[in-house]
Amino acid sequence: MQVLLKGKLGGAKAPPQIFREQIAVFRRSGYVFLWGLVLHMKDIMKSLYNIRLLDELAEKQTVVHSIHPLAKLLTTMIYLIVVVSFGKYEVAGLLPLIFYPVIIIALAEIPLLPILKRMLLVAPFALGIGAFNPIFDNATMFVLGGFRLSGGWVSFFSITIKLFLALMGTLTLIVTTGMDRLAAALRMLRVPRIFVLQLLLTYRYISLLMEEVARTMQAYSLRAPFHHGVQPGVWGSLAGNLFLRTLQRAQSVYQAMVQRGFIGEYNTGYDSRMTINDTLYLCGWVVFFLTVRFYNIPVFIGSLVTGVGK
Amino acid sequence: MHMADALISPVVGGAMWVVTAGVAAYSIGKIKNDLDDKKIPLMGVMGAFVFTAQMINFAIPATGSSGHLGGGLLLSIILGPYAGFLTMASILAIQALFFADGGLLALGCNIFNLGFFTCFIAYPLIYKQIMRKGYSQSRMFSAAILAAVIGLQLGSLSVVLETLFSGKTELPFSTFLLLMQPIHLAIGVVEGLITAAVVGFVWKVCTEIIEKASPGEALGSISMKKVLSGLIVVALFTGAILSWFTSSYPDGLEWSMFKTAGVDELESVGRVHETLGDMQEKIAFLPDYGFKASESWDKIESGQQEEAWPAVSTGTSISGVVGGLMTLILAGIIGMGIRVIKRRGNAGTA
Amino acid sequence: MIHHIIEVKNLHYIYPDERKALNSVSFRIVHGDSVGIVGANGAGKTTLLMLLAGAFFPSQGEVIVGGVPVVKKNLPLIRQKIGMLFQNPDDQLFMTTVYDDVAFGPRNYKLDGQEVEKRVSQALAMVGIEHLQNRAPYKLSGGEKRAAAIATILSMTPDILVMDEPSAALDPRSRRGLITLLNGFAHTKIIASHDLDLVFELCDRTIVLKDGEVISDGPTATILTDMALIEQSGLEAPLSLQNCPVCRARKESL
Repeated sequence: MQVLLKGKLGGAKAPPQIFREQIAVFRRSGYVFLWGLVLHMKDIMKSLYNIRLLDELAEKQTVVHSIHPLAKLLTTMIYLIVVVSFGKYEVAGLLPLIFYPVIIIALAEIPLLPILKRMLLVAPFALGIGAFNPIFDNATMFVLGGFRLSGGWVSFFSITIKLFLALMGTLTLIVTTGMDRLAAALRMLRVPRIFVLQLLLTYRYISLLMEEVARTMQAYSLRAPFHHGVQPGVWGSLAGNLFLRTLQRAQSVYQAMVQRGFIGEYNTGYDSRMTINDTLYLCGWVVFFLTVRFYNIPVFIGSLVTGVGK
Repeated sequence: MHMADALISPVVGGAMWVVTAGVAAYSIGKIKNDLDDKKIPLMGVMGAFVFTAQMINFAIPATGSSGHLGGGLLLSIILGPYAGFLTMASILAIQALFFADGGLLALGCNIFNLGFFTCFIAYPLIYKQIMRKGYSQSRMFSAAILAAVIGLQLGSLSVVLETLFSGKTELPFSTFLLLMQPIHLAIGVVEGLITAAVVGFVWKVCTEIIEKASPGEALGSISMKKVLSGLIVVALFTGAILSWFTSSYPDGLEWSMFKTAGVDELESVGRVHETLGDMQEKIAFLPDYGFKASESWDKIESGQQEEAWPAVSTGTSISGVVGGLMTLILAGIIGMGIRVIKRRGNAGTA
Repeated sequence: MIHHIIEVKNLHYIYPDERKALNSVSFRIVHGDSVGIVGANGAGKTTLLMLLAGAFFPSQGEVIVGGVPVVKKNLPLIRQKIGMLFQNPDDQLFMTTVYDDVAFGPRNYKLDGQEVEKRVSQALAMVGIEHLQNRAPYKLSGGEKRAAAIATILSMTPDILVMDEPSAALDPRSRRGLITLLNGFAHTKIIASHDLDLVFELCDRTIVLKDGEVISDGPTATILTDMALIEQSGLEAPLSLQNCPVCRARKESL
């Protein structure tokens, strides 16, 4: 291991002229990289915490949790398709779809705060792109009283709502199903065994590796005073060492697997069929989604109210 | 640069899912053939490695922004393109599930953008071509940087195209492109440097890992062509079919409508549908493709919503065909790129 | 009971980097034996265990388990006979729940659902962690992980247990639990460890390795009390055999 730790990319001999430039670039980006590492170490632990929280929530025993994973997976996919199928200027018609996550979250006893936090973290890209709409689409779409609303703003709202709904839909799936049952559902959908097994292995070792990276970074930052920057080339060996340890682990895992008769196939045990309840769950939601898609319920309600008002 | 569910249309999302599933199925077939079952745990654990490495944000010098390691190139260098692609797919799936990063509908797009271009274009056609002359530190560095840059440029171009064809954003093509490509140039350089640093280190410590992965995995030009043409046909087909089926209710993206609840415009309950119809304004034909000026703001017939399902509407199918055409054009660019690079590579060795 | 006999004949192993790991190692272990393999770091213990389980193959010599030579084509048979416990339980618990992990082996042998369930619950009961079956591995304590890893092996119903540092990273109480658990098993046991106290309690026989060679092989009580030998092999006498650190009184000999 000591040999590994000593390894530097520069080597003993002076590098050739052409190469020197590269090293300089490399060195500079090395600093940037490590700064990034140090600054984001906390994020790694946060993400790990997040994964484990979702995992724990998936272990709850509620009505929603007990629904067959395949039914939940299909419901989620259909939900997402319905959400994004709404036109770009649609706002009102979309809104009833929020019933789905709201009901599931309530039934499954999921704390709202961590889910909302998660959503805030991933929102920027989509919202960033959406934020251009008000700039480019100035045409007045809508006048309410003296207030003029451009199409851009309407479509931006629409994107925001869709983002919110899609994120809620996805997170509720994993939070009520868990990775192992989801993998079983994938097998039932005839996703090849190799892929499902590999997915599960990746998922399993993410936890372990994140801890390892966080520890490595802690060890690093304890020995590296920030203001002096970092030895050039260290990050190659830092990430490289992590990589090699990972490789060793892969070999051990392989040994553990073949020892237990692994021959490149993976057999899930979960083969329970969907019951009537599961089918009802799926159908019920699909009917709801389609109703929302075809009938603009808020407009209907609105007209009902105004009609009565008149 | 993960595509988000909210930015794509069902047609684009569905078509990319089909394309990605096709590539994945092909890859699984490939690794099954020469299955070294040692590779499965290696894929799993390497996936976890890249997933973790992706958590690390890389600041981009002088811009104040940051990007993250995609890892596709690193994975294909270590695992070969097929296993690399599959590993990328599971990484992105876990991200979509647990971090809502991207989303499940956009997963097809994301796997394609981040996995396909690096594993099937950048790695075999750039990295391996450059490395063919044997390993040297400087060659490896330039190969990794070039491959990462090109892979990411293609990936971000694909993001731009997917977003525009989904029609949810008003960003003009050129502006979006100018926004995305330079950022991803920087990200690509950083990615190349990280990849090169890891590969360089591993090479020094135990050469055989890298050596083992590279030979024997060359993508024959024939199979590549087959794959691409297959993909194009599939994409066109699904695009057309999907939009045909969604035609009974106006597809969100290509046929946008205005349906915001305007309370004061509604008169009575019984006329909801009619009113809806009146309110629906069809935005110009394919608004984001620059045809806006040529088309006026036609009104959609109020009866359209009640059309028999699935009604074959030539208009709607057009959008599917256009989606397919886009893939065709993209694939055409890729195909030509491959040819050019291959030819050069062959000329180099001959 | 020929199928429980392990014969190791003139075993040599050379690492890919040309370093010699094992040099003409020979021994024979009979049914019901409990054998400790001790030696300093790098003495070749792990390599020896890997060769027994067929994870690698020797450069020279052979390993015969129950009359079957450990060669590639016999591996499925060998793996049913030998269960190996790894040094790091995290390498062995690769599934998302304890249950799935323990069921992994039986499912690979295509047993039917009921049989798998039976095997899993038996294995979990043997190590006393039935209540943890739906847990994710990362949520287990060190001792629980070890127990779960043992259960994954027991569900394969092996005749021989091969263990690499089973007490590594365990707190004293978990270690005690492990010793009690292993003492209760009737399997043939081969335990590689630095924990000489554990070897002392669990094994009747001890093999001492040094630089890839067997330097001693005999009853544990004789070997672990031979201070010169212990010193020579780079180890330290078991605490239970050392002088009392407070009163300097010599422990009663066994």
